[in-house]
Amino acid sequence: MTMFDTVKQAVQSLHTGLLPETKHPDIDISHQVLLYVEGLSVSFDGFKALNDLNLYINDGELRCLIGANGAGKTTLMDVITGKTRPDMGDVYFGQTIDLLGKTEAEIAQLGIGRKFQKPTVFEEQSVFANLELAMKVNKGITSTLFARLSPSELDWISQVLDTIGLKSHYRMLAGALSHGQKQWLEIGMLLIADPRLMLVDEPVAGMTAQETERTAELLTSLAGERTVVVVEHDMEFVRSIAKTVTVLHQGSVLAEGSMSDVQNNPAVIEVYLGEEQ
Amino acid sequence: MSTIRNQFSSLHDLREKAPVFLAVLFGISIYASACNLWLPEDSIFYVSTYTITLLGKYLCYALLALAVDVVWGYCGILSLGHGAFFALGGYTMGMYLMRQIGDRGVYGDPILPDFMVFLNWQELPWFWYGFDHFWVAILAMILVPGILAFVFGWLAFRSRVAGVYLSIMTQALTYALMLAFFRNEMGFGGNNGLTDFKDLLGFNLQSDSVRVALFLCSALVLALAYCLSLLIMSSRFGRVVVGIRDAEDRARFIGFKTENYKVWLFVYSAILAAIAGALYVPQVGIINPGEFSPLNSIEVVVWVAVGGRGTLYGAIAGALLVNYAKTRFTAVFPEAWLFALGALFVGVTVFLPQGLVGLFKNKKLPWCNRKKTGEEQS
Repeated sequence: MTMFDTVKQAVQSLHTGLLPETKHPDIDISHQVLLYVEGLSVSFDGFKALNDLNLYINDGELRCLIGANGAGKTTLMDVITGKTRPDMGDVYFGQTIDLLGKTEAEIAQLGIGRKFQKPTVFEEQSVFANLELAMKVNKGITSTLFARLSPSELDWISQVLDTIGLKSHYRMLAGALSHGQKQWLEIGMLLIADPRLMLVDEPVAGMTAQETERTAELLTSLAGERTVVVVEHDMEFVRSIAKTVTVLHQGSVLAEGSMSDVQNNPAVIEVYLGEEQ
Repeated sequence: MSTIRNQFSSLHDLREKAPVFLAVLFGISIYASACNLWLPEDSIFYVSTYTITLLGKYLCYALLALAVDVVWGYCGILSLGHGAFFALGGYTMGMYLMRQIGDRGVYGDPILPDFMVFLNWQELPWFWYGFDHFWVAILAMILVPGILAFVFGWLAFRSRVAGVYLSIMTQALTYALMLAFFRNEMGFGGNNGLTDFKDLLGFNLQSDSVRVALFLCSALVLALAYCLSLLIMSSRFGRVVVGIRDAEDRARFIGFKTENYKVWLFVYSAILAAIAGALYVPQVGIINPGEFSPLNSIEVVVWVAVGGRGTLYGAIAGALLVNYAKTRFTAVFPEAWLFALGALFVGVTVFLPQGLVGLFKNKKLPWCNRKKTGEEQS
């Protein structure tokens, strides 16, 4: 059995009822589009980080966002996850759920998970505790006060530990992990939250070639069941996973299409890929 | 892997950590009480009532330190105003004790406390109603600081005030309360505060046995607060709180409404501080606005820093040690105490960032080596 199969199997078991059932609210995707971003503008002290940006992400898609530094990739993620309020525009999750005006926690509970650019885990707690906290359960105060791990939750954590290759490190403090392992732990924290939409910011920064390959396999296997949006600088990596690529430039979409379309787009060559060649 | 499920239950920590703590605490307090009550005064083992009251006072400080550790050590909220909750708790107890004096005051008024007669007040202000009942005082002791902490925390944490700004706000809170309580018109005895207490629930506060009972009560409450805090901190709630301390953004993005966690933790901590204040007042026999002084709150932070943050027992040990040192030091060389305190804080911050507890945890001391290494290998 290849590594890809193992990963795929682990991911599929997600949907076979191992998970404690706290269902995400129904998301209306009758037009196949999961995320609508329309006319979005954000400025910081006069600098337009996002400028009338439009983006549509289909349900089950794996989308890569690329663009030079300052193109607005991280700002876009900040807006979708509720960290930054835009000056103008709309962000809808499915047909009906308006994400603007919701807090980070509410958006996370709707099933939008996020991995930060710099790996962010709870460094003073064990790998196991990190996953336990990220698990898709009731996040209210009384239920966390009296929460007790059920056997199925334990199995679930153990499976994710297998998937992210940290089984033997589960007692270790997350702060003691290597950079690449922290990246994986954070991806594990995303997985265990069972999100509908995953926003993944630079997942392979600091990873070895082998780790990068595994990450690519994992993300590809996730698409379909979930929707994945990846921001990445590593063009090799993008090439290996992407079906559709969106190029951002100065806060708006410059081009969109398959990797080869985008690579041959003269505007893109000029502003971004041109630098590589 | 299966053992971890048990380790992630709150009871596990309680079983691990509480017995030693409780044995030491109750061992010492029962021994001291027995020596006071049943030994003749000329015995070398006799513990004077003065010492008993002093120990009782230390235990109240220890409870206050525990309250600060809960918010600071576990959640990173550096409150420089916990003295305010301590003093408010003290005032609610003081009001009850004032009403208990009845007509035995200097002016002999059956209803009005002395200071009101002195100010020529004709009737009891509305907020003194009911304080002749003990349960009303207890209720007020929990509600008043609890509601204040809730409102303060709600405003501060919703607006995402954190770090130094929050510390300054807490400092301002206690300072403002101090200025308010200094005013005679507030109706809490102004400058002099509340004093000349006679009895509590009908028992004479000056008698040895009541002093011992209050001391034992403080020990019992401290033990309960320790166990409850241990339970809370080793539950998933506790892990969320530590997560908020270390990476609040991460906690938000996995779906925790961190401001709610912070508010309720702050309220819990404020109530602990208030209970400490309420136990403190009958033992020292006075409560005045000086208890709100910002310096007091800063001292508490020093106790916790010296003992070690985020362990609960560290805060308690720190409070006991620093206060014992203070008692000794101020008897010999009173002017230098504040310098010593400052030096202690600087010293601990530079050399022992984890406090005295850190010495044990990091195995810097030779006798701590044995057990730990064996555990980690397994």
